[in-house]
Amino acid sequence: MDHPTFVQHAVLLSLVLFGLGTLGVFLRRNVITVLMSIELMLNGANLAFVAFSRAAGTLDGQVLVFFVMVVAAAEAAVGLAIVIALHRHKDTLDVDAFGVMKG
Amino acid sequence: MDAFLFYAAAALAVLSALVVIGQRNPIYSAFALIVTLCSLSVIFGLLGSPFIAALQVIVYAGAIMVLFLFVLMLLNVKREEDAPGRGGRALAGIATALVTLLVAQAGAVLMRAEPGPAPAFDASTRRMAEILFSPHFLYVFEATSILILAALVGSVALAKKDL
Repeated sequence: MDHPTFVQHAVLLSLVLFGLGTLGVFLRRNVITVLMSIELMLNGANLAFVAFSRAAGTLDGQVLVFFVMVVAAAEAAVGLAIVIALHRHKDTLDVDAFGVMKG
Repeated sequence: MDAFLFYAAAALAVLSALVVIGQRNPIYSAFALIVTLCSLSVIFGLLGSPFIAALQVIVYAGAIMVLFLFVLMLLNVKREEDAPGRGGRALAGIATALVTLLVAQAGAVLMRAEPGPAPAFDASTRRMAEILFSPHFLYVFEATSILILAALVGSVALAKKDL
């Protein structure tokens, strides 16, 4: 894929995906869907990294994507463990039920 | 052919992302997210990054999404219900308008940019490994293994019944 407009359109797509992920975080009330929206935002950022790495001709962006994926895996594991603990406490997954941090 | 694949994958990614945030049943959201991740993998491949494309399918669509589906089925999640009298609808409208405005603004700035010719590019797995294990990134790489270990211990400690 050599045409430079594809890089531009890929960055545009990453922008749209990041915006959709942000909206998901705001609009959804299920904690797990909120976590999935965060994954969507991370993927938008990853796509921007890959597109700019292609435009610059260096691989540093791709190495960053690798580390973002590692952190996303750790985040998903810890986040879902927290969701399980919350579900045990309140028996719901509605974000509004978790307004108070006191157990 | 490349262009067709690129725009088809991009359209599929946006559509399934819309399903992810529009769907009330989180199981369907999870499956739509898998479609988004796979079509992004196609785009990574077309942008000349086969290593990242493979990682996207193996780590994201494989490992992370299995974790999500596992928890969804473990907790037996129901459909999200409408909360009456929450007053969140106006807030949702404002959030949608703001995010749309921001994306449109940034997109307009982006489309004004004049892209230069793309330089030569070799993102083979061999080159990636050479950079990842060079002294520049080696310690970061080792640090991520500690991060993974901490996440492992942390998630066991959090999800354990009696601690």
